[in-house]
Amino acid sequence: MAVAEKIPASGLIEKFPGGGIVLTTGESVLKWGKASSLWPLTFGLACCAIEMISTGAPRFDIDRFGAGVFRASPRQCDVMIVAGTICVKMGDCMKRLYAQMPEPKYVIAMGNCAVSGGIFYHDTYSVVKGTEALGIPVDVYIPGCPPRPENLLFGIIKLQEKILKESALCGRKERRVR
Amino acid sequence: MSADALDRQIAIPKESLLETARRLASEGFDNLHCITAVDKNESIELIYILYSINKHACVTLKTQLALDDLAIESLANIWKSADWLEREVYDLFGVKFLNHPNLKRILNPDDWDVHPLRKDFSRPDLIKKPKY
Repeated sequence: MAVAEKIPASGLIEKFPGGGIVLTTGESVLKWGKASSLWPLTFGLACCAIEMISTGAPRFDIDRFGAGVFRASPRQCDVMIVAGTICVKMGDCMKRLYAQMPEPKYVIAMGNCAVSGGIFYHDTYSVVKGTEALGIPVDVYIPGCPPRPENLLFGIIKLQEKILKESALCGRKERRVR
Repeated sequence: MSADALDRQIAIPKESLLETARRLASEGFDNLHCITAVDKNESIELIYILYSINKHACVTLKTQLALDDLAIESLANIWKSADWLEREVYDLFGVKFLNHPNLKRILNPDDWDVHPLRKDFSRPDLIKKPKY
């Protein structure tokens, strides 16, 4: 694969040959910006959060993909990385945090617990069976217990691809917590 | 510490818990490490692990509670750490602590009426499974 093809939105933005002119559409630039600056919420629930922290550290360096600006407020975030086991009481907090995030917002379910409840799926008294069970729509599922940092980076790349393929600016269905 | 605590176990009837605890506190056991419980089906066994920081000594108190009378005196007036530990035992086993300053659930949602670590607990419908 050529290097240019790996860059998000390459091909959408064209430099005019020989001049200081760039040809593109507003939508392409907006999507490129959205995909290249995914700010995650500082939100770790369990052991997967350790992998998320590790992904943010220099060895794996989530900043290479523009997703390293972990924000402490949901009002400044684009993506919620659900990293860990969701307890019943934490579920209410999660719903509130998701509702406080401004559109466009994305959710990555990281690890088996956030995907489906994981090892806590059967016969447990306090664990919610995954992010979708809370009514929060998930864009990217990352299985693993816990997933390695490379898997999280792969999930972020997949989310970037998804954002770049979104059909129209206002085409997203309005997302509300059920 | 743990082997030490297992060596020095004191089994007491539940009526004499407060008296024994006051006595041990005056003997220098200034740290209440842990309160936990075991459901033995016919009774619930309460376990208190005490530690003396100066003497480096550990002692375990054990007492049995009948299932139809799950109430015992709170030790929160003697050791402050008993406050949350007793709330945890109340939350998970349903043991009532008399004269506790704030006996409500500590971990699980306040509106639950179940005590999940009891042997007879079986509520597979408590957490809804998703529809898909």
